[in-house]
Amino acid sequence: MSVLVDEDTRVVVQGITGGEGNFHTEQMIEYGTNVVAGAVPGKGGQEVAGVPVYDTVEQAAVEEDADASVVFVPPAFAADAIFEALDAPVDVVVAITEGVPVQDMARVKRAEQESDTYLVGPNCPGVITPGEAKLGILPGNIFSSGNVGLVSRSGTLTYQVVDNLTERGIGQSTAIGIGGDPIIGTDFVDALQVFDEDPDTDAIVMCGEIGGEDEEEAAAYIDEHVDTPVVGFIAGRTAPPGKRMGHAGAIVSGSGTGTAESKIDALRDAGVPVGDTPEEVADEVEDLL
Amino acid sequence: MRLHEYQAKQVFADAEIPTPASGLAATVDEAVAAAEEIGYPVAIKAQVHVGGRGKAGGILLADDESEAREAATDILGMDLKGFTVERVLVEEAVDFENELYVGVTMDRGEGKPVAMVSTKGGVNIEEVAEEDPDAIAREHIDPAFGMHPYQARKAVYDAGVDSAVARDVSSVLTTLYQLWDEKDGSDAEINPLMITGDDEVVAADAVLNVDDDALFRHPDLQEMEEEGGFGGDELERKADEYDFDYVRLSGNVGIIGNGAGLVMTTLDLVDHYGGSPANFLDVGGGAKAQRIANALDMVFSDENVDSVVFNIFGGITRGDEVAKGINQALEQFDEIPKPVVVRLAGTNAAEGMEILNEDLVTVEQTLESAVQRAVEYADDVAGEEVDA
Repeated sequence: MSVLVDEDTRVVVQGITGGEGNFHTEQMIEYGTNVVAGAVPGKGGQEVAGVPVYDTVEQAAVEEDADASVVFVPPAFAADAIFEALDAPVDVVVAITEGVPVQDMARVKRAEQESDTYLVGPNCPGVITPGEAKLGILPGNIFSSGNVGLVSRSGTLTYQVVDNLTERGIGQSTAIGIGGDPIIGTDFVDALQVFDEDPDTDAIVMCGEIGGEDEEEAAAYIDEHVDTPVVGFIAGRTAPPGKRMGHAGAIVSGSGTGTAESKIDALRDAGVPVGDTPEEVADEVEDLL
Repeated sequence: MRLHEYQAKQVFADAEIPTPASGLAATVDEAVAAAEEIGYPVAIKAQVHVGGRGKAGGILLADDESEAREAATDILGMDLKGFTVERVLVEEAVDFENELYVGVTMDRGEGKPVAMVSTKGGVNIEEVAEEDPDAIAREHIDPAFGMHPYQARKAVYDAGVDSAVARDVSSVLTTLYQLWDEKDGSDAEINPLMITGDDEVVAADAVLNVDDDALFRHPDLQEMEEEGGFGGDELERKADEYDFDYVRLSGNVGIIGNGAGLVMTTLDLVDHYGGSPANFLDVGGGAKAQRIANALDMVFSDENVDSVVFNIFGGITRGDEVAKGINQALEQFDEIPKPVVVRLAGTNAAEGMEILNEDLVTVEQTLESAVQRAVEYADDVAGEEVDA
């Protein structure tokens, strides 16, 4: 079992004819993902990486029964691509694109809230259910199949934590990279909810970082609703206020909201152990299982 | 991107928000000429991106020509919290009765814009938000519709703005929201919005910060950014040229990695093991050898750095490219300027390890051991410096 994506997920890749889209489609197929189509306006009728390309996402959904989309469209057109996927509709949209304007995302967010689709991202590494399907750019070889759900705002930090888990023989049910932007689709609370409902996820790791209040909201949600044990990690304890640490969303405001301390305290108050290092996170998970 | 006050005022004035008469000056003579034309008293204001300019001596009032000359001489060329003042805005000093705050920003938690009004203008609004949150009226805007006229009125009346000026303040707020929306603003603010004895409203300050990711569709703002000058320190300017996400910190362990979360984690671990991070440097995804070499050049340029830790977990970044870049950067030195510790994992890490010239760097297998080693090296170097 897993969440969001599995071996039956039928994937359409938006932007499949671009450099990144093309390369990662091949990687996804090589991993075993069931990529059934591409969607690029004006490129309908072509074939890329062995799959047919359609002009619209809706055509791909109708003709190939695509039920999930991965977006590799450049930032200026990414919001439009997500709107199109929501409208097709598909069940899951994974938006990899980095640099989507925030106001575009506010409009997307509003549409997403009224739809039944799970949007993951933008500016994220994607979603992987080890051994079944990979939607995005995560390096498949470091993951192993198992019973730990992982949700993270950062790509390479996810890899680090997964590596520490895999090394100890602890596999993952699904890993969800939710992305580092200020406004995103699936947030920690959404991810915690789906993992908690998954009978084969026995522990959840959540990797947060400075900026915003999502981790605090997640802590409150865990306290109230989540039965599956959770282990936390928060990056950015040494980040100074007012400086954007790479991710658009990773910034401690001048008035001091969004600090690592506030997030770590909130999680610990909710009974969630928080590791000081990725190694300690793996230690905690090992203890729980 | 942050517009300078004079630029934001120009944008606001073009949209018919009332602003004081003003002129921009780069020399003392230009400043005096502007003051003569506007008429006294004037305010002379440093145009740098620094909070609390007034308290730091970057805003002075002048009642006549000699005071204007003196004030402009004091401010032009002065160092304001690390920024050299190259230009001043000379502005009609407004005689006011009250000061309001009006602003529009993105509430990231709600995923919606929020318009704000307060009668406690003229002071740091973040302090007001903390100490007296009810003093700020907030109205969330549905991004699909934009701001309805009633929402501007509601925010203004909820804030307790005097009814004699409520209509004009609503109109300023409506325009401010439109500008924020049109220009892809992250924050648009007027603080203070002054109310004169004749119930006129005047924007005495202006803030317009724009989403960097949206600049591609605003050629006018790109021009303003260029005209405004860079304004950061030497190293940040260099990072900008190399197109790195870089933040300078005060420690002595230089840090290079890929991916914001992992780099932040590396910083935190340096601190955890008793060291002090010198910087945040994210090379981004898929960096090739030249970019890796540039990153090393960048960190070596910081004289505070005593050792460097490279932490790469390859996804789309390949270990062999990273190794090539490190060799390329280090082979040009007769003597390695600062010890470098490298940890490679993920895509092509094994190939990278083979390529790496271990005469030039220390290789560690885990993140924890790499950071510990870099902290030790930094302590050694710092110790030698003290001895010398």
